[in-house]
Amino acid sequence: MTSKSLDYENLNENVKKCQYAVRGELYLRASELQKEGKKIIFTNVGNPHALGQKPLTFPRQVVALCQAPFLLDDPNVGLIFPADAIARAKHYLSMTSGGLGAYSDSRGLPGIRKEVAEFIEKRDGYPSDPELIFLTDGASKGVMQILNTIIRGAGDGILVPVPQYPLYSATIALLGGSLVPYYLEETANWGLDIANLRQSVAQARSQGITVRAMVIINPGNPTGQCLSEANLREVLTFCYQNNLVLLGDEVYQQNIYQDERPFISAKKILMDMGPPISKECQLVSFHTVSKGYWGECGQRGGYFEMTNISPKTVEEIYKVASIALSPNVPAQIFMGLMVNPLKPGDISYERFVRESKGILESLRRRAQIMTDGFNSCRNVVCNFTEGAMYSFPQIRLPPKAIEAAKKAGKVPDVFYCLKLLEATGISTVPGSGFGQKEGVFHLRTTILPAEEDMPEIMASFKKFNDEFMEQYEDHRGYSRM
Amino acid sequence: MRKFAAEKSRNLLAHREIFSSVLQHPTASLYSSSSHSKKSQLLLRFLNTTAAPNPSSSSESMASDYSSTPVKLDSINPKVLECEYAVRGEIVTLAQKLQEELKKNPGSHPFDEILYCNIGNPQSLGQQPITFFREVLALCDHPAILDKSETQGLFSADSIERAFQILDQIPGRATGAYSHSQGIKGLRDTIAAGIEARDGFPADPNDIFLTDGASPAVHMMMQLLTRSKNDGILCPIPQYPLYSASIALHGGTLVPYYLDEATGWGLEISDLKNQLETAKSKGISVRALVVINPGNPTGQVLAENNQQQIVDFCKKEGLVLLADEVYQENIYVPDKQFHSFKKVARSMGYGEKDISLVSFQSVSKGYYGECGKRGGYMEVTGFSPEIREQIYKVASVNLCSNISGQILASLIMNPPKVGDESYESYSAEKDAILSSLARRAKKLEEALNGLEGVTCNRAEGAMYLFPRIELPKKAIEAANAVNTAPDTFYARRLLNATGIVVVPGSGFGQVPGTWHFRCTILPQEDRIPAIISRLTEFHKGFMDEFRG
Repeated sequence: MTSKSLDYENLNENVKKCQYAVRGELYLRASELQKEGKKIIFTNVGNPHALGQKPLTFPRQVVALCQAPFLLDDPNVGLIFPADAIARAKHYLSMTSGGLGAYSDSRGLPGIRKEVAEFIEKRDGYPSDPELIFLTDGASKGVMQILNTIIRGAGDGILVPVPQYPLYSATIALLGGSLVPYYLEETANWGLDIANLRQSVAQARSQGITVRAMVIINPGNPTGQCLSEANLREVLTFCYQNNLVLLGDEVYQQNIYQDERPFISAKKILMDMGPPISKECQLVSFHTVSKGYWGECGQRGGYFEMTNISPKTVEEIYKVASIALSPNVPAQIFMGLMVNPLKPGDISYERFVRESKGILESLRRRAQIMTDGFNSCRNVVCNFTEGAMYSFPQIRLPPKAIEAAKKAGKVPDVFYCLKLLEATGISTVPGSGFGQKEGVFHLRTTILPAEEDMPEIMASFKKFNDEFMEQYEDHRGYSRM
Repeated sequence: MRKFAAEKSRNLLAHREIFSSVLQHPTASLYSSSSHSKKSQLLLRFLNTTAAPNPSSSSESMASDYSSTPVKLDSINPKVLECEYAVRGEIVTLAQKLQEELKKNPGSHPFDEILYCNIGNPQSLGQQPITFFREVLALCDHPAILDKSETQGLFSADSIERAFQILDQIPGRATGAYSHSQGIKGLRDTIAAGIEARDGFPADPNDIFLTDGASPAVHMMMQLLTRSKNDGILCPIPQYPLYSASIALHGGTLVPYYLDEATGWGLEISDLKNQLETAKSKGISVRALVVINPGNPTGQVLAENNQQQIVDFCKKEGLVLLADEVYQENIYVPDKQFHSFKKVARSMGYGEKDISLVSFQSVSKGYYGECGKRGGYMEVTGFSPEIREQIYKVASVNLCSNISGQILASLIMNPPKVGDESYESYSAEKDAILSSLARRAKKLEEALNGLEGVTCNRAEGAMYLFPRIELPKKAIEAANAVNTAPDTFYARRLLNATGIVVVPGSGFGQVPGTWHFRCTILPQEDRIPAIISRLTEFHKGFMDEFRG
């Protein structure tokens, strides 16, 4: 038989190269076990509603009314929908000529982009231009769009933190660019060291790579740290000096679990720094409705804001966005609701505050329970989850475990995570999916399982880990600390 | 301040001679060998229609503020510069500008409103959504009200029942959660059953990938198939520019085949063969064939025996058949019927392992026209498990498509049945929309055929008419004088005079020296007479101005 177009050896090599561990081997095995009837605790994806988090009521009321606008004319609508939800539904429907069923402008509905700009302005204290805000089907699509604009070929490098969220490595691979890693320092609470950045860039350049952009994830995924103001200043200066676009993944900006380092946007710091840098340093910031106390992952809503990008480049980005016609409209409305929430005095305000505070406070407690739990385990160390939705403990694997993994043809942390899954049903992502220093092993869990289940989950993890260490430890030493 | 970006990028590219996907490639002569010189011109024209220097390019110099920044127009991905999407191009930008002016200054133009006939976006022109679908979506978005007795007064009983069924299929009943990257399994089961009922052949839910509209699915397949410029995709000309844009973005080569206007946009297998052989002889490895059925922008519905020939051709040549079947519900003539390529292939006795076939479907078209939802799917058959794994992996990088769109995709493939409470209202709404579209298509086609120098094939399906205009020599000269393609010149004048927005034929590709435009049949029926009279009046004036 002749070789066919889609025979494996005939595929686009970039497709084959791309890896996305969050839904990789562990996830597939977990799905299999679930089919066999085993109870699986999915902590592999930051997917709060899948683990029982209830959606905020008000936005769901508004979007339901927008889906079924004929209800607005029904005299009985007030029996199950509060007046402010009805008013808000009318507000959003007035922004579009065809309701939820029509393509919007390819950048998103102008009215909602204006609400996003107002939100950014209020958050940062600096003006924001709705024309430079594009709504997207989740933040991932935005990241892909921007990277596609930047990457011309394997000679173009993108600085990406290691450990990183694999969206970046996967997309760079798909687009045929080069990932230039910079390491976050685990012993300094996943701090970002500028000296290390310089080294990474110098090394990439010596290999003929043009480094064009730098990704920061703040708060960090999978590492959970919040960048300090001083650190952000250093990063922006570095980008300015090295002529890099800064891509600020700020999707976890609502998820902060300590008071020392609140979230500060890269845009605010950039503007604080004044000219020339505030006028020249290029920045693209990403946000989403999937995280925060919203957790509306299934809606696929997001936006990016561009700063100091030339109008002609913005036009090209618009053109490519227009090929996809428009982002989905219900999620645009979720975005509007997120950036323009209820105000004191609104009928639904108290309920909204109660629900959102309840979620955030519980996440804060869960972050504490989880990191404390990991740190109480043998050969496990874990930085505190300052923000985002994940804990990223280091597992010090005994040499015998590493040998056993090799024998089984597995990367050591994959080996550990598979055993953890089989023994406890806890589905995690091995650290190798995010990148880590050689000889060091981690796993990522979300902090999203229900709070009441948390003690039991941590107990079952501890029991597994004790047994694992007992089996493989012979007191000769560990993998590097 | 969106100017005609494609035009500028074309200029830039023309300067830098990196117009690679077809023209500068070592195999570019593919389209200029003598027997194909006509087609070479065609393609050149197709890609270069407005490539003359843009007189308004003074904006080129205004970017000096950005001269030291890392992302500049000359340092972005050239594939981004190269791709084009005319459905939202220059004419639409002008329309948006006019709309703003009308808003600020009513009476500033000879019309009161802009009529968007450029894009298949029915609900933006007043088409109402199918009530049952929206009831179910609202309930799934706000399941907290499902148990309330008041809800029964506001929603039909079967919509409540369907919402319960759907929620039960979602793990944790969580509509706010990412789903399986192929889409929620229960919804894929429903869709597979819908395909089976349509075709009379089994469909496997594991073959279905739910996507945010059909476009991302097309991108996914292009990404998978395209390794370099040496990989070619056979595309119809005229074509829906998603294909040319996606091929350009992924760095492949568009290998055109030509629909014959004289035979109602017929698809000749002999032309396919010629194009394939020529491409091969130039070192292009042709990997897939795109067929749009019903056609966009051309509106023809393929006859079953023509489809059989296409299937045989793909099988014999080892090509993946990419079947764009998003207009499958939009059929307006009694003598034509939609047959899915899967049904045709299976009827011919070709099984799973005999042919690689991808069928695209969308919630944006049909009688439902739910463009804003971004729902769609592709059904992939005839692929090995390892390829399937690769498709799944790429899908997983984006996590999943939006859940509301997924639910809607399951609803369109499993609408209310006879006996359901909503059946009557559902089928009345559906029939009203489809029969009105058929009448609108007919009226517009007749009106267009009545214009001097205009010929228009009937719209057997889809949502568009694609009339050919015989432009007077003086009009062509006037267009050349302002560095504009003649059909763009016509469309611009039409817009400025009437507020009607159409897409110039050059955005879709056309035989050189012929000029077309694409006009949707979507304005509400009571508006059609006014549109026809405005169009007729404009056309007459235009011809008077430029005739002889």
